[in-house]
Amino acid sequence: MFPPALIMIVGAMLIPVAPVRLRPALLILTPLLTLLMIWNLGDGLLLTAPFLNYEIALVETSDVRRLFATIFALMAMVSGLYMFRHARVVEMSASLAYAAGAVGVSFAGDLLSLYLFWEFMVLFSIIVVWSGGTEQARGAGIRYAIMLLIGGIILKIGIEGVYAQTGSHDIQALALDSVATWMLLVGVLIHAAAPPVSAWLADANPSASPTGSVILSAFTTKTAVLALIMLFPGQQVLVWIGMYMIVYGIIYALLENDIRRMLAYAIVNQVGFMVVGVGIGTELAINGVVAFAFAHIIFQALLLMSAGVVVIQTGKRNLRDLGGLYRSMPVTAICGTIGALAMSAFPLTSGFVSGVMITESAASGEPAWPRYGLLAGMAGVFLFVGLKFAWLVFFGKDEGLQAKDPAWNMQAAMIIFAAACVLLGISPGLWYQFLPYEVPYASYTVSHLLTQLVMLLLAGAVFFVCMSWLRRLSIRVIDTDFIYRRAGVQMWRSFVRLLVILSGVLHTRVLDPGKRLPQLWIRYHGPEGPLARTWPTGSMLLWVAVMLVVILIGARLL
Amino acid sequence: MLMHLPVLVVLAPLLGAPVVALMRGSTWPWVLSTLLSWFSLLCAVLLLVQVQSQGLVIYTMGGWEAPWGIEYRIDFANALLLVLITGLASVVLPYARLSVEQEVGTERAPMFYAALLLLTLGLCGITATGDAFNIFVFLEISSLATYTLIAMGRDRRALTASFSYLIMGTIGATFYLIGIGFLYVMTGTLNLADLAGRLPAINESSTVRTAFAFIVTGICLKLALFPLHLWLPNAYTYSPSAVTALLGATATKVAVYVLVRFVFTVFGIDFSFGMEPLAEVLIPLAVIGLLSASTVSITQPNIKRMLAYSSVAQIGYIVLGIAMGTAMGLTAALLHVFNHGLIKGALFMVLGAVMYRMGGTSLSDMQGLAKTMPLTFWAFVIGGLSLIGVPLTVGFVSKWHLILAAIELGWWPIVIAILVGSMLAVVYVGRVIEAGFFGEAKDPTRREAPAGLLIPVWILIFANIYFGIDTRLTVDIAEAAAAQLMAGGIVR
Repeated sequence: MFPPALIMIVGAMLIPVAPVRLRPALLILTPLLTLLMIWNLGDGLLLTAPFLNYEIALVETSDVRRLFATIFALMAMVSGLYMFRHARVVEMSASLAYAAGAVGVSFAGDLLSLYLFWEFMVLFSIIVVWSGGTEQARGAGIRYAIMLLIGGIILKIGIEGVYAQTGSHDIQALALDSVATWMLLVGVLIHAAAPPVSAWLADANPSASPTGSVILSAFTTKTAVLALIMLFPGQQVLVWIGMYMIVYGIIYALLENDIRRMLAYAIVNQVGFMVVGVGIGTELAINGVVAFAFAHIIFQALLLMSAGVVVIQTGKRNLRDLGGLYRSMPVTAICGTIGALAMSAFPLTSGFVSGVMITESAASGEPAWPRYGLLAGMAGVFLFVGLKFAWLVFFGKDEGLQAKDPAWNMQAAMIIFAAACVLLGISPGLWYQFLPYEVPYASYTVSHLLTQLVMLLLAGAVFFVCMSWLRRLSIRVIDTDFIYRRAGVQMWRSFVRLLVILSGVLHTRVLDPGKRLPQLWIRYHGPEGPLARTWPTGSMLLWVAVMLVVILIGARLL
Repeated sequence: MLMHLPVLVVLAPLLGAPVVALMRGSTWPWVLSTLLSWFSLLCAVLLLVQVQSQGLVIYTMGGWEAPWGIEYRIDFANALLLVLITGLASVVLPYARLSVEQEVGTERAPMFYAALLLLTLGLCGITATGDAFNIFVFLEISSLATYTLIAMGRDRRALTASFSYLIMGTIGATFYLIGIGFLYVMTGTLNLADLAGRLPAINESSTVRTAFAFIVTGICLKLALFPLHLWLPNAYTYSPSAVTALLGATATKVAVYVLVRFVFTVFGIDFSFGMEPLAEVLIPLAVIGLLSASTVSITQPNIKRMLAYSSVAQIGYIVLGIAMGTAMGLTAALLHVFNHGLIKGALFMVLGAVMYRMGGTSLSDMQGLAKTMPLTFWAFVIGGLSLIGVPLTVGFVSKWHLILAAIELGWWPIVIAILVGSMLAVVYVGRVIEAGFFGEAKDPTRREAPAGLLIPVWILIFANIYFGIDTRLTVDIAEAAAAQLMAGGIVR
């Protein structure tokens, strides 16, 4: 018995040393093996291992965990198919390890092993961003790394605090009654791209390579959703946070013209729906969140795949330069459109049968306003992804771009996911049986269809009225990342500068009173500094004496 | 043979050193000293196994019963330290051959290896012995060897660095000796266990309390506690690479061990924390030290020097754990002694490989390393992550315990200080990784470092990951050692 994630970790380690021809096989087959293993695992706690002085639960299964692990492995497999001819070796290897971390988190049976897999995952996601190789990827990767490492540190302190208070690492629904649980929540939410740090996602995701964006869309935020489901179901505060993310995603996606960045905002928006669902917390809502996360990973990846193909084949990433691509690249256009319809929760797609479950769960709950928020949110999604993205890129005005559909592997990956969107949509019974709770729910009722169609029609009307405005729209959008990219960096710099000055003063004025000028500190520490003159023996001796006296006198004072 | 293990660890390098010094060329002295270090490691590991079954191993030198004779007393704490010292020596010595040929030269190689053996011997001796004066003797042996080794550095500033350390080291040792003298006057014994038995009755006396102040100050100088650390950056920066690796990994750690031994075993917790202002003095110094030294690290253009300041910061973490005065804090400190030895040993050895190929260790030498020397570069990345404390590395294990110990006491400001220190580590490690990953290589034709350097480096890197995942060995021993020390240690 070993953790399912291990298969992909081994695969990731073998990729750099394997012969070139074997690499695609490793990239695609190890997730497949993982998938087989996942579905052959029994129920309950399966594997523990000694770590530190605890017995940590490496593998524990349940319906929710299994479903998340399945979609993560599936995602790794299909995106492996999508990327293998295009990506660098580092990117392939890191992507697989990243996905492996996500699978590991899904099965982590306690907070400590969750944290271990979590950081493993984050570490490799940083390499995926950096593999973009551009100057922008470099900067974005560093910002991404800092944001997620801070998130990780907060998560760690939260876990240690919970352990110190309760003596247990168990994953269970926690009450928000102490600093530690709040820190745990904040740590998870940072990874879910919740406010006020939602901007890291739209900063990092489009800065990676087109293949890297696909990978980055799936794991980090969805493992955070899984953690929220397991740790904080039914916390009211999540409804508010999720609602903010929905609105934030729509507004920024509507204002954005870079197609991949726009789809990155879509991730924030979609995760917002899931966070609201977790906040509602009823059995139906949790079912809806799980189903929606499953469906979302597929159509989100599909959309980013089609956008990636467009960027690779045309070399253009701005909406204003794109249009009418359905003639020259029909496969991409059809798949991209299916993805867009699925995200807009169009009937007969996976988005409809899962997304509406969340809105329905809000209908029965108190208070009632989240339901209307969610409905409006869905209409907004159709506005930016169904119409703004799919319509303007693939249809709309023909810009006369000479581009072809991509290589077979990319087409195959898109077709697989497009087919999945439709299949899950037309036969919901097929996968409802795997959802965690047994709640009677029918997708295709007259009221669901009517509500949804009305919403979509309204959004469509709005779009065609405002289309020319939306297309020409070009305002510089200031996102919250502006705050931490400017102000945050400034604050951090000032903080470090303060520390530098303080230690400078400490080292010159205090530790070595022979010298008077603070600049001398730099010269002294510089490799070319006049070291012979500044050997600090004398002043060190002074400090030895001071310490001796302090201990002697201190003892008298005690 | 098994009953002689405690002395064999020390004896092997002691007998080998003069032989090595008389040899010529650089190959045979290297072979002999490498074999001797491996033998010592074997003895240390067997000794640890013995301690695990018995709890305490006592060896009386020449059959003279203590307190008349000298005895070696090995409990969990010093058994762990012995494994660290001999283990590092066993990795550094194979590594030293190429590095020494280039940085020290063939002619002086026999002296170099002899001094390295003496250093190992001294450090092992301090750790193994149960006699306070014997500690001083071994302290001097290791220090004299260190002065010689530092002075062999290629840079001429190595001479001044060595001289400066000589003065400071001697003062430290003298302070220690004065303290021991006071204790001898008061108790008439030099045996640590014996001292521990007699001191509680007379610990009101100002002679004992003065002895405490002298001993603690002297040792703090040797372990480079801020602000007594000023000798360290130059000593580490200008030493030959192999020496820096061994010193950085073990020398200050042995001083930490002596501090722990005196604070917890000889003087006892009640005296050290209750009647003496140990926590009050050490905690502020540790916190200021870890923040200040980490900050200074960020500004260093020479990576070797950057890591030297980082060592001062890490000493801050260790001393913090000791100053908490709880079993958990002590566990964290001992864990970090071992783990930081693995981290810094590995990182300084990586820099030695960079030095070997690039001729320097400044940030510009590290640029573009991911392409020209990928194995060296990824070794630095993993070592750096371990230094930051990323999960699945040893750095995580010790910081986890340190934070847990601070939370246990409810010391939230300390938790925040540790976090800020970690963030600063992210910055100073991150800028090297960034330069290696994105920088333009100064000379794209430079090749990967030779296997003779890479294999020992990767053995240590592997140890960093292995002990980060399989923590049974380290955590269990550190906990057992802490429990033993809290209960009085080598005194039964």
